[in-house]
Amino acid sequence: MAQKITIDPITRIEGHLRIDAEIEGNRIIRAWSSGQMWRGIEVILKGRDPRDAWLFTQRICGVCTTVHAIASVRAVENALDMEIPLNAQYIRNMILAIHALHDHIVHFYVLSALDWVDVVSALKADPKKTAQLAQSLSDWPGNSVKRFKAVKGKVKALVESGQLGPFANAYWGHPAMKLPPEANLMAVSHYLEALDYQRKADSAIAILGGKNPHIQNLSVGGVVTAINPDNEATLNMERLYWIKQLVSEVRDFVQNVYLPDVIAIGALYKDWLKYGAGVKNYLAVPDMPLDTKGTKFDIPGGTIFQGDLSTVKPFKNFDDPYFRDNIKECIARSWYDGNWTKSPFEEDTVPNYTDFQPNGKYSWIKAPRFKGEPMQVGPLAQVLIGYALGHRLTKKYVDQALSRIGSIAGTRVGVEVLHSTPGRHLGRAIRAAILSDLALEHWELLVDNIGRGDLRIFTPPSFPAGEQMGFGFHEAPRGALSHWIVIKNGKIKNYQCVVPSTWNASPRDDKGKVGPYEASLVGNPIAEPEKPLEVLRTVHSFDPCIACAVHLFDPEGTHFSNVKIL
Amino acid sequence: MSRKLYEKEIRAGFSRRSFLKGCAMTAAALGLSDDLVPRLVEAATSPKRPPVVWLHFQECTGCTEALLRSSHPDIGSLILDIISLDYHETIMAAAGNQAEEILEETIEKHKGKFICVAEGAVPTKDNGIYCKVGGRTALETIKNVAPKAAAVISIGTCASFGGVQAASPNPTGAKGIGDVLGKRVINIPGCPPNPIAFLGTVLHLLTFKRLPELDGLGRPLFAYGRRNHDQCERRAHFDEGRFVEQFGDENHKKGYCLYKVGCKGPVTYANCPAVRFNDVSTWPVGIGHGCIGCTEPNFWDTCSPFYKHLPGIRMPGSGIVTDAETVGEKILGISVIAAGIHAAVGMGKHLLKGGQDKNK
Repeated sequence: MAQKITIDPITRIEGHLRIDAEIEGNRIIRAWSSGQMWRGIEVILKGRDPRDAWLFTQRICGVCTTVHAIASVRAVENALDMEIPLNAQYIRNMILAIHALHDHIVHFYVLSALDWVDVVSALKADPKKTAQLAQSLSDWPGNSVKRFKAVKGKVKALVESGQLGPFANAYWGHPAMKLPPEANLMAVSHYLEALDYQRKADSAIAILGGKNPHIQNLSVGGVVTAINPDNEATLNMERLYWIKQLVSEVRDFVQNVYLPDVIAIGALYKDWLKYGAGVKNYLAVPDMPLDTKGTKFDIPGGTIFQGDLSTVKPFKNFDDPYFRDNIKECIARSWYDGNWTKSPFEEDTVPNYTDFQPNGKYSWIKAPRFKGEPMQVGPLAQVLIGYALGHRLTKKYVDQALSRIGSIAGTRVGVEVLHSTPGRHLGRAIRAAILSDLALEHWELLVDNIGRGDLRIFTPPSFPAGEQMGFGFHEAPRGALSHWIVIKNGKIKNYQCVVPSTWNASPRDDKGKVGPYEASLVGNPIAEPEKPLEVLRTVHSFDPCIACAVHLFDPEGTHFSNVKIL
Repeated sequence: MSRKLYEKEIRAGFSRRSFLKGCAMTAAALGLSDDLVPRLVEAATSPKRPPVVWLHFQECTGCTEALLRSSHPDIGSLILDIISLDYHETIMAAAGNQAEEILEETIEKHKGKFICVAEGAVPTKDNGIYCKVGGRTALETIKNVAPKAAAVISIGTCASFGGVQAASPNPTGAKGIGDVLGKRVINIPGCPPNPIAFLGTVLHLLTFKRLPELDGLGRPLFAYGRRNHDQCERRAHFDEGRFVEQFGDENHKKGYCLYKVGCKGPVTYANCPAVRFNDVSTWPVGIGHGCIGCTEPNFWDTCSPFYKHLPGIRMPGSGIVTDAETVGEKILGISVIAAGIHAAVGMGKHLLKGGQDKNK
C-alpha cells in the first residue's frame, strides 16, 4: 500500500510550493508539484506603457532580480525591431553574468547545502584534518586551521545558546546525511564566506544598476547608465575598475571554493549520481549578445531530446522561429478554466481554483511544452547544450569537473552522470565558472569600446500605430526565460511570461505527461517518510522559484468571479 | 564600551574596527549620537537573542534578498549574533511539517515577545485563496500570528501598502498588512527597501524597547523623513534649470537633473541619496535613471508612466514647467503638487485613499 506524503511549505526556495509524493517500499513512485500563489502581474500590465513593463515584471521576482527586466526590454525591442548600442549590450551582459554568480552562490550555500551538510556534525570535526581536506581541494586562503577553529567555535556557541534559529528542527543526524564531520565543517565555513562574496557580486551590479535587488538602469532601447570618462557623476574609469576588482574577487571564490565544493560533495555522495534525472529533454537559450541585433552570442542555446547530445539543435538569434513557433502552454491540470494548449501570444487565462485534486487540477503553474514535450531548463541544460555544441569554456570546465569527481570517487565518470540530482548542482557551478570568466571578458569589451570613443547607450524607441508582436528571451540563472508581448497603438495589449520554474515545476499536461520536478522525484529513496529530506534534495537541485512560475494573463481582467471554492 | 564586550566580539569573529564601524554607521542612519554606540553594541550582542518570525505572502523575496546584501550588520552576524530568526521560509533548514511545528512553537512559547516581520501583500479576494502556505491562506496566517507578536514590521512596499499586485486592477484584492489587520504597524516601504531602514528599526526596537518616531504612514522618520529631491546631488542642476532631455544625450553625460525624463524624487520620501545602496555609493538617480517613487503608497499607479514627468512642479526662477501638459490619466488624479517643491507637505499623505487614514 502506497503511503502519501505532503510537504508544504517547501522551504529554502523563492515562493510557495507544495510537493505531494506516493511512497512504496522506501521509493517515490509518483509525485505532484503544486504552485500555491498567484498575483496576476500580467493582468496588471494590460493597457500600460510598454516602456514601463520591465519595471513591473522585474517585481515578479526579487531572487531572479534583473532577469525579468532584461527579458522584458528585449521583448519590446523585438516587437519594434530595434538595434541596441554595443555599450548597452555589454552592460546588460555584465549585469546578467554577475547576477548569476550571486544567484548560484546563494542557491548552493544558503538554499541547498543544508540538504547535504549536517551542521551539528561539524562540532565533531578536527580543524586540522578539515584544513587538510580543504587544501587538497584548493589553495583558497580561507582553508586554514585557524579559520576552521573559529567557525567550529561559532557553531558551538550557536548550539549552546539553545537558539538554533533557522537551523532548528532540521535534518541533523538524518540517515541520508553521509559526509564526514570535516567535510561538514568545511562546508559551514564556506557557507559563511559565501555570504560575503555574494554581496560583492551585488555591489558590482549596483555600480551599473543603481541598486540591487531590482536594478534601475534599463530602458527599452538600451541602458541609462550614462558613460563619460570625464565626469564624476557617470560611469568613468574609477567606477569601472571598482567593478573589475569586485568581480575578480567573486571569480576567485567561484573557481576556488564553490566549484571544488560541489565537485567534492557530488563525489562523496556518488550514490546519488543515479537519482533525479527525470525529464531528459533540455532547452536553453543563447545569451550575452555580441552585436547590436542579437545574432552572435557568447553562450549558446538550443535543444536536446531524450538525453542524446547528438540531437542538439541551436537557437540562432533573438528572432529564431525554431524558438518562437514551438512553445505552447497547456492548462489542463492547472487552476484555470478550460483544457487548452496555446502559444503565449494567444493565451487568455481565467482562474478556476479547485483546491488540490491529484487527478484533476492541482497547481497555479501552467505546463509549457516544446514541440509537445516537457523540457528541463536551467544551468544543466545550458551546460549540456554548450558541451554538445563544443563551446570552448563549457568543454574546459565540464572535462575538468568530471575528471576531479572521478579521482575523488575512485571511478571513471562520464558526462552521463550530469543527468542527476547532484548533476544539476554541478551544472550550476560549472556555469558559474564560465560566467565568471565571461563577466570579465565583457568588461574588457566595454572598456575597449569606450576607449574607441563610443559612449552611446540608448536608442529612443518609437511606437507606430497598429499592432506589433514580439518576444524576448534570456538565459536566466534558473534557465530559459521568455517574455511575449502584443503592443497595440503604443499600449500593452497582451503580455505573457514563460518562466524557467514554469518549465521545471510544471504539472501534468492534457496527455498526462509529467513535468521535470515530478519526473525527477520518481525512484528517489526515502529513508524516513516523516522527514523526507531526499525530496528536498531533488526539488532544491532545480533551484525553484515559484513567484516566477506563477503569473497569468487574462485579456479581460474581469473574470475572477468565476473562481470556485470547493 | 566595556572591554568584555569587545573581547567577546573579537572572539565571535568580528574585527574590532569593522564591528564598531558597523554600529557607528547604524547609529548615524538612526540619527543617534556616537555616545549611544556602546548601547547598540550591547543590544546587538544580547545573550538571549530576540525571536523573529518572518512571514512571506504575495511577494518576490526581494526584501529578503536586500537583507542578504546588508553589510552592517551583515546577514551572518544578524542571524547568528543579534536575532534568532526562528521562522523564515527562504533561509530555514526545516521544511513542511518540521517548519510548521517551529512556527506554532515560536508564537506560543514567545507570545508577546517575538517580532513579526511580514514580507508581501495579503490577497483578500475570494477568501484569500491566491496565496497559501502550509495549507492556510496568508489571510488566516497573519490574523493568527500578528496579534501574538510584540511588534509587527511590514518590510517592503507590498507588505506596507499592497505593492505591485495591488496595482490597478488589483486582480487578487491584495492589501498591506496594516489594512488587513485594521491597525497601525511599522512600515518599511521600498521596492525593495534599503536594508539599513529595516535593520535600523530593529536595532532601535531592541535598544530602546520602543518604536522609532513614525510619519503618518507608519514609516520611521530616520529613513523616510525627507524627500529624495531635497537630498539629491543633482538638485543644483534642477535649481539652475539644467535638465536631461533624453537618455544618453550630452546633458545626461554631464549628470544633469532627470526631472524631465520622469524622476519622481520630488514626491518621494526616502533616504536613498543620503545612505545609498550596496556599499558602492550608488542609487538609481546617481547612475542616470529617475526615481520611480517606490516608497510611496500606490506608486505603481500614481507615479507611472515612469518616463513621463510630474505635472506642475514649480522651479525657482522659471515658474511652472509643465502644468499645462498632459502627463497621463493616472497621475492627473493626484495633481495636488501645486503645493510646490519647497512646501513641507508630503505628497505621500495625499495618496492615501479615504477611509484608510493612518495619520496619528
